[in-house]
Amino acid sequence: MTKIATTGNKGKGIRSDCFVTLELTDMGGIQLELESKVSVMYGDSIRKEALEILDFFGINNAKVKIEDSGAISLVIAARIEAAIKKLIPAEKSWLPDLLEENRYTTAKDQNRFSRLYLPGNSPSLMINAGIHKPDGIILDLEDAVAPDKKDEARFLVRNALSGINFYGAERMVRINQGERGLEDLEYIIPYNVNLILLPKCEKPEQVHAVNNKINEIVNRISYIVNHKSYIVNRKSYIVNRKSSIWLMPIIESALGVINAYAIASCADNITSMAIGLEDYTADLGTKRTAEGTESFFARSMVVNAARAAGIQPIDSVFSDVGDMEGLRQNVLRSKALGFDGMGCIHPRQIVVIHETFAPAADEIEKAKKIVFAFHRAQEQGLGVVSLGTKMIDPPVVKRALNTINLAVKMNKLTENWRDTHEQ
Amino acid sequence: MSNKTVKAHCSAPQQDSEAHCSASQHDRAPQRDSASRVTNAAGRIVPTVINGKPAVPYMGVGKYKPEGFRAAPKIASCADYPADGNKVIPSLKEALLKAGLRDGITISTHHHFRNGDLIATQIFDIAHELGIKDLMWYPSASFPCHEPMTKYLEDGTINHIEGSMNGALGKFTSEGKMKGLGVLRSHGGRYQAVQDGEVHIDIAVIAAPTADPFGDANGVNGPTACGPLGFALADSQYADKVIIVTDNLIPFPCLPWQINGNYVDYVVVLDKIGIPEKIVSGTTEITKSPDRLLLAEWSAKFCDEAGLIYDGFSFQAGAGGTALSIGIYFSEILRERKWKARFARGGSNKYLVKMLEEGLVEYILDGQTFDLDGGRSMRDNPHHTWTSPFTSYNYHSKGNFSSMVDIVILGATEVDVNFNANVVTHSDGYLLHGIGGWQNTLFGKCVILPIPLFRDRMPVIRDQVTTICGPGELIDVIVTERGIAINPLRTDLIEKMKNSSLPIKTIEELKSEAEKICGVPAKPKFTDEVVAVVKWVDGTVLDAIWRVAT
Repeated sequence: MTKIATTGNKGKGIRSDCFVTLELTDMGGIQLELESKVSVMYGDSIRKEALEILDFFGINNAKVKIEDSGAISLVIAARIEAAIKKLIPAEKSWLPDLLEENRYTTAKDQNRFSRLYLPGNSPSLMINAGIHKPDGIILDLEDAVAPDKKDEARFLVRNALSGINFYGAERMVRINQGERGLEDLEYIIPYNVNLILLPKCEKPEQVHAVNNKINEIVNRISYIVNHKSYIVNRKSYIVNRKSSIWLMPIIESALGVINAYAIASCADNITSMAIGLEDYTADLGTKRTAEGTESFFARSMVVNAARAAGIQPIDSVFSDVGDMEGLRQNVLRSKALGFDGMGCIHPRQIVVIHETFAPAADEIEKAKKIVFAFHRAQEQGLGVVSLGTKMIDPPVVKRALNTINLAVKMNKLTENWRDTHEQ
Repeated sequence: MSNKTVKAHCSAPQQDSEAHCSASQHDRAPQRDSASRVTNAAGRIVPTVINGKPAVPYMGVGKYKPEGFRAAPKIASCADYPADGNKVIPSLKEALLKAGLRDGITISTHHHFRNGDLIATQIFDIAHELGIKDLMWYPSASFPCHEPMTKYLEDGTINHIEGSMNGALGKFTSEGKMKGLGVLRSHGGRYQAVQDGEVHIDIAVIAAPTADPFGDANGVNGPTACGPLGFALADSQYADKVIIVTDNLIPFPCLPWQINGNYVDYVVVLDKIGIPEKIVSGTTEITKSPDRLLLAEWSAKFCDEAGLIYDGFSFQAGAGGTALSIGIYFSEILRERKWKARFARGGSNKYLVKMLEEGLVEYILDGQTFDLDGGRSMRDNPHHTWTSPFTSYNYHSKGNFSSMVDIVILGATEVDVNFNANVVTHSDGYLLHGIGGWQNTLFGKCVILPIPLFRDRMPVIRDQVTTICGPGELIDVIVTERGIAINPLRTDLIEKMKNSSLPIKTIEELKSEAEKICGVPAKPKFTDEVVAVVKWVDGTVLDAIWRVAT
């Protein structure tokens, strides 16, 4: 049996992380060695928590080395727990406190203009992600994590979901494909996730498998919590919140594109459907271009399938983080195709995406006139909305109402705009 | 207050203190600080005697006004100097000996070559070779390239440094290994100390990118061009002996003559006096960090919403990535409204030069140029002029530029809940940086510190800063990525920002937000030995830096 395990990251350029080396021994008690750039400020508290965690998992004899580059407590805890669980089986978990500020759920139809990808094993990028105000943050367990780091990333993502304040952003996790992805769910479903991204979705069965697993976890843990049959962990989170765990399948292959509508409409908790163009173009045997001619069909399929199923179509990421004008043009094309949002891989992309997806000034002006006419017609008990001599069709009124709601939400219009509106 | 005196003149670490003490001859070395300490007006315990000389404790901003006359160098007679104006001496060693290099004197250097300086270390190599002891090094700043000085501090060639103690030198000092007491001064404070006689420079060695045999010199031309030579101006005027060292000797006259040959004793020509690529400072690009960009964006927005930006305003441009980015945001605002800044105070680099050339800034008043564009502009553009700490920062001047600047953007390692700020030590207690012009620029009309709320796990806002370098009454706004705190003394700014879209919070709120994420940090542990002091701009002692307990 292996008796040494390592977890975490160290070396040049690594910040806010730690590297843990754990060796189980037969005697000699716990020998803890700490090298930390913040040892003057936090050395004592790091040592204390490390010893508590080892004790919690019943480890009495071990050599532990922590090489710390300024990791916060929940990161150090995740690294230690991951190391322990590489060596011994353990049911229980050492969880950080669930922040009061993180006790929010999300709505099926809320804005999803931007969602910021964060590698699931890089704590330094997680801590400040929320201050850039994306609509969602994605803790990525899939492609952004090296294969040999995928196990330990689960603990970090689990702790981040409850212990890092994302300032209102929807907490999303991209799980792995297949069986590993279903196992990933054990580390996130009970712990405050809002939405799960399913990569390489090609058929409804993949969605059903995920939903079945979610149900199983929720039922199992609800049972345990309700019957207090044994203590699952230090501070078991409230679990029975299936209704607010949403899904966003990602279409990344030709088969996925062809099955887009079947996927989009196969479950009630699907809020949105995204397209991933890197894998899709590879699957087609072509290359991604700036104009995007090669993906026009696929993007249109995703938009149509999503609209037909009544969910949000979401576009792929724009990968040149230095080219803000290119990004803006890309968002304009996305919006014109009918998408409701797109992914981002750098916080500076968020503001460009929001501003470009937000209703433009002339759109708002036009919508204001229509909505005003609509309210006037209602007040006067008229069945028909008209502007001047022109009759306005109901879908046009609906779109105008959406535009106004969005403009208000994005601070482009005050809530009481009608008070000051000149007819 | 402590009754404990320093154990010995030598305070090397316990394990080898014996060896050190016996190996070095420090009989003439002044005691580092006497037992006599007082609490000053900033509430800090400071020594009243520094390196054997009495020192005045800090009394408050603008409170201390010494009387009497300025210090002066010895009278010179031109009859003692060659009539043909040729002061060239074959070697630096010979020049130093002629200038009277001997035990216990003060030697000054400037830092315009930044990390590419090849001269300062050579001076002490020569002193070491000659067996000279107990020198005081008086640089206008030190850089990582000066790490070799630690061996001369260890062997007693150098007794102590009065200037900045960066990186390795700071660590050396913090661990109590420097014999004398370090003294940290601002750029303006350095000029003040020379002018009022607190520091007497015996030999000034001025590395000059271009010079003539008479000693006229400038920094704008030559292979090691560095821009201005303002930090060496006081040295040239007040030192007993002045040595110009150049690698680009041209026939008389050397124009422009930033340093005037009339002050110069000797000229030395070497093959190479600096490394051009290292003279260009590291931080000359705008930041790519999204968090820093957010700080820059909010800082610029704050200035705009508070009405600090107007047609004809002025600002201090910093060299850090965040400060540079703020300049980009300023440019956007000025361009859009067809406004101009009347002047900007440098450190200049390509971004500020671009603003000048685009007509967004009318004049650059520059203390140092950070890159080649800065140097080129200073040389060729009459609207880009060099300044010295005398014109901009000196406490004994009849007024300063620094108090006329509308917006000053600065950094800090720590800030406390009373807005006091620290730039020299880190939260772990170690001395790592110099003061530079930081204290002097605090006199601008609105001082803004854009700083991350925590660096890795180190919270920046503390109950009390480890070392106070700037009194809170001079610091107006702290911009962090989680909110902006306005000094309660600035009721005008608070009023203006009442309906701002920016997240205005109290400094206590910001502090607890950081501690919620990072945990409450423990304080560093110190012995009761003072290893250095921080001077205020008027020469009084603002704070003491203590030896870290290891």
